[in-house]
Amino acid sequence: MSIASDIKLVEDFELYAPKLTDKEEYFCPGHRACQGCGEALAVRLMCKALGKDTVITNATGCMEVVSSLYPTTAWKLPWIHVAFPNAAAVASGVEAGLKALRRKGKIADRYVKSVAIGGDGGTMDIGLQALSGAMERGHDMLYVCFDNEAYMNTGIQRSSATPFGASTTTAPAGKVSIGNSTWKKNLPEIMVAHNLAYVATASHGYPLDFMNKVKKARQVKGPSYIHCFSVCPTGWRCPSDITMKMARMATETGVFPLYEVEKGKYRMTIEPRADLRPIDDYLKLQGRFRHLRPDQIKIIQDRVKLEYRKLLGKIKHSKSWDKI
Amino acid sequence: MSKRIGMEVAMAVAEAVALCRLDVAAVYPITPNTHVAEHLSDIVADGKIDAEFITVESEHSALSAVMGASGTGARTFTATSSQGLMYMTEVLPIASAMRLPIVMSIANRAISGPLSIWNDHSDIMYQRDAGWISIFAENGQEIVDMAIQAFKIAEHRDVMLPININMDGFQLTHMVEPIEMLDQEEVDKFLPPFVPYASLHPDRPVSMGALAVPEIFTEVMKAKDEALMNSKKVILDVWKEWERLFGRKYEPIQGYKTQGAEVLLLTMGSMGETAELAIDELRRRGIAVGLLKMKLWRPFPKEELRKAVKGAKTLIVSDRAVSFGAGGGPLAAEVRSALYDEPSRPAVINELIGLGGRDMTVEDFIAILIKAGKKDGKRKREAYEFYGVREA
Repeated sequence: MSIASDIKLVEDFELYAPKLTDKEEYFCPGHRACQGCGEALAVRLMCKALGKDTVITNATGCMEVVSSLYPTTAWKLPWIHVAFPNAAAVASGVEAGLKALRRKGKIADRYVKSVAIGGDGGTMDIGLQALSGAMERGHDMLYVCFDNEAYMNTGIQRSSATPFGASTTTAPAGKVSIGNSTWKKNLPEIMVAHNLAYVATASHGYPLDFMNKVKKARQVKGPSYIHCFSVCPTGWRCPSDITMKMARMATETGVFPLYEVEKGKYRMTIEPRADLRPIDDYLKLQGRFRHLRPDQIKIIQDRVKLEYRKLLGKIKHSKSWDKI
Repeated sequence: MSKRIGMEVAMAVAEAVALCRLDVAAVYPITPNTHVAEHLSDIVADGKIDAEFITVESEHSALSAVMGASGTGARTFTATSSQGLMYMTEVLPIASAMRLPIVMSIANRAISGPLSIWNDHSDIMYQRDAGWISIFAENGQEIVDMAIQAFKIAEHRDVMLPININMDGFQLTHMVEPIEMLDQEEVDKFLPPFVPYASLHPDRPVSMGALAVPEIFTEVMKAKDEALMNSKKVILDVWKEWERLFGRKYEPIQGYKTQGAEVLLLTMGSMGETAELAIDELRRRGIAVGLLKMKLWRPFPKEELRKAVKGAKTLIVSDRAVSFGAGGGPLAAEVRSALYDEPSRPAVINELIGLGGRDMTVEDFIAILIKAGKKDGKRKREAYEFYGVREA
């Protein structure tokens, strides 16, 4: 699907939207996210896909800060925030509480999904232990990581999700520094290793793909995980009106491929062109990569292609557990 | 009808919690608390109660999980000790700020380092200002009673605060004691179901755990402080009701042979029973000494303390934790502060005792009491000592 046809879709929103998704807003306007925030858009889309019977547990981070400033709230879903590293643990307790109360007839006999959300720092770094524990214990819950590739809430410090070569406030580019000198941690793969029935990568750049994945994950009776790529114009130092373009380019270049892993079977859900768009197109739009020399960009290009080939290998060779 | 049975105290705590129609528990293993977790999970595994037992991967997650569950309106329990309580530190004050009535039993144990698995009170003293109700038991019967009382106190609509009940690690947790265990009917009559003000459910969505700007933060702190202060009334009511129903009396500060005592000794936790024997012996010798046993630590029972020490010349405060660099222990500091405005007050002597499981015998308490009596209050007020410390 080209960008042009998507714009057409947005123009006819009133016509198409009700057929595609819930018109009800659960993450409401008036929150304090930056202009062009990809994450706020992604959260809004996720809520639509989840629907009313959902309890959200939010790790400390951008989305919690912009949405819950007392006495206001952007949330029409029941929502709880406790701390930075423990969203998965809190959500596991929410799930256990709802389950026990429903079984004992203390609340309505209706299925309500426990969903935890966090940024890349709250999920991949400080929250990794709680996430691993909750997933391993098999709670009936979905965890969605909104990955904007650094600690944006505290001011663009590097995390284990920060890509190689990006300049951040704690891994700055300098005379003897390329910026962040490590490669992005592959958390979806770590989640696959937890034997989850459903793991997916997603992006707000592909709203329907993302929402379909959320709906799929919601159906799983057990733990599931979605890693949602979220463009941060503030932290990436790009114009705020190219958020969607950036998200799409990340997938078209192979930097962030969109796939799902159902019962161990990998499947690409958005197919980029076979030769992948050159990463130059993606990097040059962002201030965080501005310092990179062509030879350094080549290192990144090679790595992106390698990772992409590794993924294609998994897609080719993996089998659903049901077929083994 | 309640019956008297011999049982290990940690297991008895689990039995008591099980009688409270628990919905969700999350506990992480740690010595000497482990038997609480093991026995409670046995009870759940045997289908004796209908509850979720979450085998979390850390204490941080244990408290976080019961917070999530409590948010849904579930009755919740967790238990820990020492390093586990330290690991919960980040979450403890959030639980009280969010007014989640979680019950936690603590098997008190020294905090590291050096590593020690043995009993003192340094773990709970470290969490003194977390905004939880904090109660200390002296023996197995007390901790069992307190476990049941705790749910009623915490969930009371005028309180809505988390509560920790403290028992000395090993000295209590691993003792087999005769315990009068209530039956289900008695507990059901005493403890009403938990009815939260608000809960996490789509039928009535709420946002819990909002961000507070400077314009509101002070107000939230005052509200939390007032809630904790006001909880004393409910605690006293619940204890009175307990005495009426079951005949066992609880007070914020319980006196033992205090009449006409010139020297008073203040203890917390299981050492009260040992100290009683020392008081008995000295009274036999005709020495006017008495004992005060502190059961309520937060909210701090200021009025009761002032009343209890009236007329005494010397008050020995035993601390089982050190407030490093402050000159003594945390209990003595608070006692001194509480008595400061009194027109007449006893001299306060601070003995740091029983650290990291160091044993305190009846003879040790006798020695402390006699020494304090001889000084007759002339000892320097700031004085504190590490009782029985070996110095080369």
